[in-house]
Amino acid sequence: MKVTIDNREIEVKDGSTILDAAESIGIKIPTLCHMHMHDLNYDNKPGACRICVVEVEGRRNLAPACKTDCTPGMVIHTHTPRVLNARRTVMELILSNHPNECLTCSKNGYCDLQSIAHDLGIRKISYAGEMSHFKLDASPAIVRNMDKCIACRRCEEACNEIQHVGALSAINRGFNAVVGTAFNKDISGSNCTYCGQCVAICPTGALSENSHIDDVLDALADPKKTVIVQTAPAVRVALGQDFGFKPGSNVTGKMVTALRQLGFDKVFDTDFSADLTIMEEGTELLGRIKAAMSGDKDVKLPLMTSCCPAWVNYMEQHHSDLLPHLSTARSPQQMFGSIAKSYWAEKMGIDRRDLVVVSVMPCVAKKYECKRPEFYVNGDPDVNISITTRELARLIRYANIDFPALAESEFDHPLGESTGASVIFGTTGGVIEAAVRTAYELFTGEALPRINFEELRGFNGVRIATIYFHETPIRIGIAHGLANAQKLIEMVRKGDCNLHAIEVMSCPGGCIGGGGQPYHRGNIEVVKSRQEAIYAADREKTIRKSHENPDIIKLYDEYLGKPCSEKAEHLLHTHYYKK
Amino acid sequence: MKKDNCTEEVYQKVRTICANHHNDSGELITILHQCQDILGYLPREIQEIVAEQLNIPVARVYGVVTFYSYFTMEPKGKYPISVCMGTACYVRGSERILEEFQRQLGIKVGETTEDGLFSLNCLRCVGACGLAPVVTIGSKVYGRLTADKVRDILSDYYLKEK
Repeated sequence: MKVTIDNREIEVKDGSTILDAAESIGIKIPTLCHMHMHDLNYDNKPGACRICVVEVEGRRNLAPACKTDCTPGMVIHTHTPRVLNARRTVMELILSNHPNECLTCSKNGYCDLQSIAHDLGIRKISYAGEMSHFKLDASPAIVRNMDKCIACRRCEEACNEIQHVGALSAINRGFNAVVGTAFNKDISGSNCTYCGQCVAICPTGALSENSHIDDVLDALADPKKTVIVQTAPAVRVALGQDFGFKPGSNVTGKMVTALRQLGFDKVFDTDFSADLTIMEEGTELLGRIKAAMSGDKDVKLPLMTSCCPAWVNYMEQHHSDLLPHLSTARSPQQMFGSIAKSYWAEKMGIDRRDLVVVSVMPCVAKKYECKRPEFYVNGDPDVNISITTRELARLIRYANIDFPALAESEFDHPLGESTGASVIFGTTGGVIEAAVRTAYELFTGEALPRINFEELRGFNGVRIATIYFHETPIRIGIAHGLANAQKLIEMVRKGDCNLHAIEVMSCPGGCIGGGGQPYHRGNIEVVKSRQEAIYAADREKTIRKSHENPDIIKLYDEYLGKPCSEKAEHLLHTHYYKK
Repeated sequence: MKKDNCTEEVYQKVRTICANHHNDSGELITILHQCQDILGYLPREIQEIVAEQLNIPVARVYGVVTFYSYFTMEPKGKYPISVCMGTACYVRGSERILEEFQRQLGIKVGETTEDGLFSLNCLRCVGACGLAPVVTIGSKVYGRLTADKVRDILSDYYLKEK
């Protein structure tokens, strides 16, 4: 059908909204509540903010562009005085109940409300009245300051539809209406998994991570402490975005240089411990498959990956009867901390209490994970401080570092050596592909005929593939987004999929779309570009299988013995609890 | 107020109500209506069972309970008092009657007395404007009421409880 937008006649598909149609010809109608994650089939359009109103000829009132479908011959105007006047009034009304503290807000410079107010040229707020006052809710991972909530309800959509967690819902009514938890409990007392997707898509400062930047600065300034850092695979392909690089730029070398300039004594890589995770989890998987093949009826298959702390939380809360399916292998963040504070600290002659391990993660749930009591030894945490990619960008700014101008440099050894298998941990399908590369060779005793497993890649929410280890078919399920994981679990419960292994990452796209990354705001193209960068980084590596990482081989020779040895079990495995 | 009224028997009634509506989450409001009739209010425990039975997040149930003013999480007294504040009752002095109930019972609107006997609420028009001002206590209707009669009415209930 044909419609006319701002005097341009265009052809649009049936079912297109005015917003979609305008976007297709480069007219960006502002919105605060709308969120459309095309490839994931999520569409949040409550029509709540009314910023996107447009004038439609022949229609008496203004139409919300996000919720109004195009009809043949429709004539639309997106910037008439009437439209602009309505948008400004709506914006002034929203701002009349919004704390006027942009300069000190955690979202300053990254806030949709701020930038749209700027675009609309709001210079005064004509309305004064009562202001909302909610209690500040700070958990170890997420901070909720609902005074800044504009009731767009994106977080509710993310929590219920994308993640199937259901911690958040609109509660109360009228002026007291707000997105909150059941019985208005603190987020830490709710069934929140800390996946952080609500933070990733919040247009204002209402939801943010619990920042631990000052703890890092204090540690770096303490002359008695040795401070080392590990960076997760997904951080390197996202960090650049906060310094003007295009989404999906791989800035590993500059990131390492920046961390050194910040004053970290050693710059190590979570990729190293991702390789270690594959050694442990891959061995565990093979053990279970072999046991099942030899007739053991009690063996728990499929084995489920356990790298993602929000997924572990979800299982502990919603499916505790299936906990024996979770791999006991700790996540790469925690394996790194454990090895750094045992093997490496002993090697360097450092008391673990004088060693501070900082992790840079694409994730807010990692902040919670490192505080789990299982990961403390005599009161000392294996990972002291976990910060997000966004916080690292802020730290780099604090330190007056001109990031784009930095020279590139390499990670330190030995905990900085990594393979292509560990890089792909950052994307959905990556952990299981890395595991397959190693498990295949250990199972068959032969070299892989090919290194890339395209059948495990992609962006579909639930993927199932069969990989042949010689004659033996290995069935693998992959899900990203907890609502998709829930679908996979229902298949397991019905017993009709005969899977051997399941990989789950809680965030859309995997860690690359994590709640601690530069905001993706529901734009899945940003996440996809990071995925491409991850696979490119894998291709560039000379060593692409975890079990061929020379420093991993050395770690087992010198310290751990073999995968799943008693010492490895003690240092690298964990257990889970019903919540 | 006794808090131990959430018994297994109550929970079973809640489950039955949900089952009668085929555990259909689209029936949430009807189900909550019927569940509120059991105890006169919707304690947290009942909301949790409803959520479990309908397989929806408890946050959503709580969202509905807090949205509609009909639903309450405050325990109701054995004799729930409702003072009509509709136009006819209001102009004929229901506000003074409400004040008197608050004074005599020592509670505010929306609250329940310590002994669990009385709770006090306002409502908008019971459709008996000819009897204005109107107060209902349980299912009993008191019409043409004046503030000086409040004390005697309450005494009747206290006597009944002795």
